[in-house]
Amino acid sequence: MTCLMSAPPRPETPDDAARPVSALTRLSVSRFRSHEAVRLDDLHAGSVVLTGPNGAGKTNVLEAVSMLAPGRGLRGARLCDIQSNAHPGGPGWAVAADLIGPFGPVKLASGWDAAEDRRVFRINNAPARTQAQVGDFLSIVWLTPQMDGLFLGSASARRRFLDRLVFGFDPGHAGRVSRYENALSQRAKLLREGGAQAAWFDALEIQMAATGVAIAAARLDFAARLGRAAGVDFSGGVFPTARLAVEGGVESALRTRPALEVEEDFAKALRAGRQEDQRSGGASMGPHRSDLAVTHAGKSMPADQCSTGEQKALLIGLILAHARLIRAERAAPPLILLDEVAAHLDAARRGALFDILATLGAQVWMSGADRSLFSDLKNPALFEIREGIVARV
Amino acid sequence: MSDGPIDHLIRQLSALPGLGPRSARRAVLHLLSRRDSALEILVRSLEEVARTTHACPECGNLDTLSPCRLCRDTHRRPVICVVASVADLWAVERTKSYRGRYHVLGGVLSALGGTGPEDLKLEALVSRVRACAIEEVILALGATVEGQATAHYVADMLRETGVRISRLSHGVPVGGELDYLDDGTIALALTARTQAG
Ligand SMILES: Nc1ncnc2c1ncn2[C@@H]1O[C@H](COP(=O)(O)OP(=O)(O)O)[C@@H](O)[C@H]1O
Ligand SMILES: [Mg+2]
Ligand SMILES: [Zn+2]
Repeated sequence: MTCLMSAPPRPETPDDAARPVSALTRLSVSRFRSHEAVRLDDLHAGSVVLTGPNGAGKTNVLEAVSMLAPGRGLRGARLCDIQSNAHPGGPGWAVAADLIGPFGPVKLASGWDAAEDRRVFRINNAPARTQAQVGDFLSIVWLTPQMDGLFLGSASARRRFLDRLVFGFDPGHAGRVSRYENALSQRAKLLREGGAQAAWFDALEIQMAATGVAIAAARLDFAARLGRAAGVDFSGGVFPTARLAVEGGVESALRTRPALEVEEDFAKALRAGRQEDQRSGGASMGPHRSDLAVTHAGKSMPADQCSTGEQKALLIGLILAHARLIRAERAAPPLILLDEVAAHLDAARRGALFDILATLGAQVWMSGADRSLFSDLKNPALFEIREGIVARV
Repeated sequence: MSDGPIDHLIRQLSALPGLGPRSARRAVLHLLSRRDSALEILVRSLEEVARTTHACPECGNLDTLSPCRLCRDTHRRPVICVVASVADLWAVERTKSYRGRYHVLGGVLSALGGTGPEDLKLEALVSRVRACAIEEVILALGATVEGQATAHYVADMLRETGVRISRLSHGVPVGGELDYLDDGTIALALTARTQAG
């Protein structure tokens, strides 16, 4: 299992052609932010590059791709905010794509049912029964300029980052997290309003404990695997290796004690904490308060104390490790979306990044204002966006 | 077209679940162009259903008889399947694999949706279990957080009656409401139900 992760970068060999891919071959985007109706055809595994001036709509296209997977996409936006201002009434936004994946070709679509304010997914033109079903076909990771401050910002941003990486690996994780958050907010509402019977609290806390322990266990398991992948130098030191730790009450309890016991204790702690939680308006413990701690392995330095450049390089290293891990354990690599990443790397690092991406066999979507940034890429699908028109170059 | 009775009808129909403005317009055109064979007949059935249908005082099912056909059926076993809605009752009944009785709660506990225990037919369930020598209660309340919280709450309430309580097995997907499941999945979940509470 680990052989693929620890292998040094390989030149392209003939059997790379037979390796499983996961690539969009066609993308169509409708009523999505600045894009009325945009089509990108004849895409292939390898890189897809979007260039154009600031505000042209490059990030909007990447966001549209990110909406093909469950979750709120790379801007974490509300469904209604994505809707094109030019179509406030009409049908909701939609993104549709043809995917070549490890299970063969499949049509995926996602959109907003404006009337019911509901996200909808379709797989081969039929409604998807659960969001996890979509995750089985496709996983997507991204790096955006907003994530630059990840190691300095709030624990919640790092927790969401970690959970999103876990989704790519274990599609069931998304359902667990949303169940947990649902039960958590129902309990918070009962506490706010007061007067609900103990049995109603019990019913919600039992579910919080069960899903909470499952979430913590999935994070621990995943972080251990990702940590192993991220601890291997894959780039000749260009992107530093990292150590990872999930910090949280439930997670630490799980390291030393059986899950059933931890679950029972968590439920008991929630029950005992009702009064305090009523005052504070949340829940004082649980996996919704955990954090991801990242350490620059070479320097044994916590990520938040590294230089800005080192932090960015650490983050890229993590994304690349994640892609290697997913490829090794889930048959095909994820789609990788890199928004404005190339512009912030010097030529040597940019070259190293392109080389590693080529060996991953992943489809990588990249954006940047300046086309010359991408001149070292082999055979990219190049698009120029200008005044709402997307044209192949 | 201005805002006459036809537009009014189209608006009414398009507000129904599963219909949008486009399909409502098509349905109305269809009805208007087949006055005798479709429109008049539909008007008569709507009137009849409106006049004769009631919620069953026993189980909450919708039927023209009171108590309903299911409650009158003496061949049904002394088992109660607890469901959130009449839609779920009909979904279980469609599988033809269940030969017991039902109890419609009229919703699930939802702090966010503002549905509390006092909004559900809970006392009536306890009375029925005690009065009718019920042997088993099956909680078929869906796999959503609300459904599972309700199942837990009901199991807790029924504990003192000593009745056996079981839940649908985990074949029901997360967030899946019964009414959306295919009959085979529900039938499987019914036979593979597990003891609860
Ligand atoms: N809901 C919306 N409807 C229409 N336009 C939008 C919407 N949301 C954002 N935009 C526009 O999209 C543009 C930004 O596009 P973006 O993809 O971020 O550009 P860039 O090419 O710099 O990445 C802005 O002009 C913004 O006004
Ligand atoms: Mg941008
Ligand atoms: Zn009845």
